[in-house]
Amino acid sequence: MELVKLNIDGKEVEVPAGTTVLQAADEAGVHIPRLCYDPELSLAGACRLCMVEIEGWRGMAASCITEVSPGMLVKTDTPDLAEVRKTILELLVANNPELASNAKGNNVLAKYCEQYGVKDSPFKGETNYYEIDDSNPFIVRDFSLCILCGKCVRACTEMTGQDNLGFLNRGYDRKATTAGDVDYINSDCVFCGQCVAVCPTGALSEKSLTDFARDELKTVRTTCPFCGTGCNFDLAVKDDKIVGVLSNPESPVNGRSLCVKGRFGWDFVHNEKRLKTPLIKKHGQFVTASWDEALDLIAERFKEIKDQYGSESFAALSSARCTNEENYLVQKFTRAVMDTNNVDHCART
Amino acid sequence: MAGLATTFGSGAMTNPINEITDEAELMFLIGTNTTEAHPVIGYKMRQAARNGCKLVVCDPRHIDLVDEADYWIRHNPGTDIPLLNGLMHIIIKEGLENKAFIEERTENYEALKATVAKYTPEYVSSLTGVDEELLYEVAKLIATTDKAMLFYTLGITEHVCGTHNVMSCANLQMLTGHLGRPGTGVNPIRGQNNVQGACDMGALPNVYPAYQNVTLPEVQAKFEKAWNVKLPNKVGLKIPEMFEKANEGEVKAMYILGENPVLTDPNSNHIRSGLANLEFLVVQELFLTETAEYADVVLPAASFAECDGTFTNTERRIQRCRKAIEPIPGQANWQTICMMFNKMGYPVNYSHPEEIFNEMASLSPSMAGVTYEKMAAKGIQWPCPTIDHPGTPYLHAGKFTRGLGAFQAIEHQAPGETPDSEYPYLLSTGRILQHYNVTTPYSSGIASIWDREWAEVNPHDAAVLNIRTGDKVKVASRRGELTTSVKVTDRVLPGVIWMSFHYTESPTNAVTSDVLDPITGTGEYKACAVSIVKL
Ligand code: FES
Repeated sequence: MELVKLNIDGKEVEVPAGTTVLQAADEAGVHIPRLCYDPELSLAGACRLCMVEIEGWRGMAASCITEVSPGMLVKTDTPDLAEVRKTILELLVANNPELASNAKGNNVLAKYCEQYGVKDSPFKGETNYYEIDDSNPFIVRDFSLCILCGKCVRACTEMTGQDNLGFLNRGYDRKATTAGDVDYINSDCVFCGQCVAVCPTGALSEKSLTDFARDELKTVRTTCPFCGTGCNFDLAVKDDKIVGVLSNPESPVNGRSLCVKGRFGWDFVHNEKRLKTPLIKKHGQFVTASWDEALDLIAERFKEIKDQYGSESFAALSSARCTNEENYLVQKFTRAVMDTNNVDHCART
Repeated sequence: MAGLATTFGSGAMTNPINEITDEAELMFLIGTNTTEAHPVIGYKMRQAARNGCKLVVCDPRHIDLVDEADYWIRHNPGTDIPLLNGLMHIIIKEGLENKAFIEERTENYEALKATVAKYTPEYVSSLTGVDEELLYEVAKLIATTDKAMLFYTLGITEHVCGTHNVMSCANLQMLTGHLGRPGTGVNPIRGQNNVQGACDMGALPNVYPAYQNVTLPEVQAKFEKAWNVKLPNKVGLKIPEMFEKANEGEVKAMYILGENPVLTDPNSNHIRSGLANLEFLVVQELFLTETAEYADVVLPAASFAECDGTFTNTERRIQRCRKAIEPIPGQANWQTICMMFNKMGYPVNYSHPEEIFNEMASLSPSMAGVTYEKMAAKGIQWPCPTIDHPGTPYLHAGKFTRGLGAFQAIEHQAPGETPDSEYPYLLSTGRILQHYNVTTPYSSGIASIWDREWAEVNPHDAAVLNIRTGDKVKVASRRGELTTSVKVTDRVLPGVIWMSFHYTESPTNAVTSDVLDPITGTGEYKACAVSIVKL
């Protein structure tokens, strides 16, 4: 593989030929602001926020679509660049100044606005009014926050392959929407939520998370409990309650992709029908019991039955939904304590 | 997984998921509706197909991936073996088999050759309903592609001949040399999140953790020493046998953790009577399920969000599950099971699941090198025998687990129950995208959109039965009956009705067959005879 050396903000970097300047900067630990770029998606070069200066080049270059070349001298942070980025941001928030301040949800744009001192826009114009789409239990869509970066469109096509989203109209009326411009619930959407995971403004957001800013949430990386693919994601926790699932780009199997179950099925955890205490059946009715009462009874009856009928009269069903550690314990209990190999788990492989 | 164990010596997915997009030149899918049952793997297949990787889909049902496929083989339900034998017949006839691979890596080829010789394109076409022309094209494509991954799921295993179906898949991949390299392999995509792990941990009646046989004296001695107790060396009961014996009154007590066999196992009436016949039943569950209703003691379970531990995915990757909130029932499941040990007079004092994992690893050669620390970022794919071993993305490089790969000569076997005048339709079952066995109906968002069973019926049959989408029908078999809403669609073949098994109100497994694969004890969920009556 051919390697290319270049210099970014005074740092020497060596990357494979064909790498973009933005990726090389990431590699070097230099963050270039970006909105439409995403490492898992094709390149768009649409937002221009990733502009950099390259010595010997006329004007500025969008770093996400510019390939490195040997000896390049790149500057990512100059007064001129700051000025240009500020103007770009002001244009982006022109339709809706709320974008500059609304730090709720996944609003990356607001963070940049704060960084570049953008609070409002001098470029006020006519504002399009769109209804908020909260037709479904999972995703809220607010067009007034959309900057047309097209990430949702690319995610739908390139990550999931569902091809449900696209651009409609031109110019001022342009919008990124479902085929036929219908609500999500009436579209071909499979609610994988990839569009939400990549949206940089909160135009698309998880319904369960709209009230929270990202930094008030604790996140815990874990593995999905549904199918055998083994996707990873972050559980978002607030006050010891799960409030949502966020993609974790480090996930070895799935990257940020998930399905409707993994991303939106977690709320079974807090279903009010969850059992909270042990139950003992008395005269055909379940009555609540303490852990000690329940386990004393279990131990007593298991012992009696084992003594009276022998070990082979006991059988255990372990679970393909439970952890390895729990499964290990169940088979050990069956073998070492109950003295039988009568242990199996759900045949529905 | 017995099929692969016989052929290769180990029964797991041979190659990793990411090779779908990174390596494969051809994907051969048989009996897997991947975009619904394993959506994220399905996305990758779609991406690969759109990037030029060839895709062959063998499925009687018009599944989503058919729309991305280069070839769709719509064979009759229950004819997987003739189909695979027919493809091999053509490959051998055309001289396209991988002679070097067969010579160096396999045995028993002559028996396979003799058996598939009978499966001429003409004969296979008559059994499967597939065009001879199509058989030729697909056979040649497989044999002439360097890197081909074969995938299957329950559409292959949940038949009376499930194990033989699996062996046939393995035969095809050995014949064409598609094993032991990146972008190849025989890849069963496992259903539940930790079905691989439950097997690996020895939650099976014949093996300890890491597939160490309970009947081998040296294995028994090792575990007796580690656990400081005498251990039984007789193979235990499989699930269907447990319920058989419960019905007969020989099994008296059961402990069921996190499973709902009344809803998920075939012929649920038989399961119900077995449970009712027990003297003592303990069920540990998140919810008061149909199965828990039969319990004498119900223990509340903690969910994945409340537990530290590990899950092993379908590609043998052991990954962390991390506790995000305090256990809703007050304690984690491992703590409850430890209480059970202690109250029974076998003292255990693990202070964290990591200690349980380490004990398991110390007794399991293929996982001996796995630690929580090593798996923290990207997981570890076993085999991982030593602490400096990086794990094994694909199996059988250079050599099969058992040495040589053993071809198995397999003959066609009809489903255990076929439609007749009284029960004229074939019921097939599977998963839908939005639900997962029995937890997802407790997700309010998911339940609100996908709130009921929609049985799929072909327009021809719908016309005969005078039913339309949205109508309710009664579906009955020799074992039971249920009611369900109907969707009229040509996704299914005429004569076939297709249902999922996620809904308490339409308990599909009240009607499914009690015919089992005699080798694995897996139920024949994929085929049984039913009648349909409009309500
Ligand atoms: S990030 Fe480069 S143009 Fe948008």
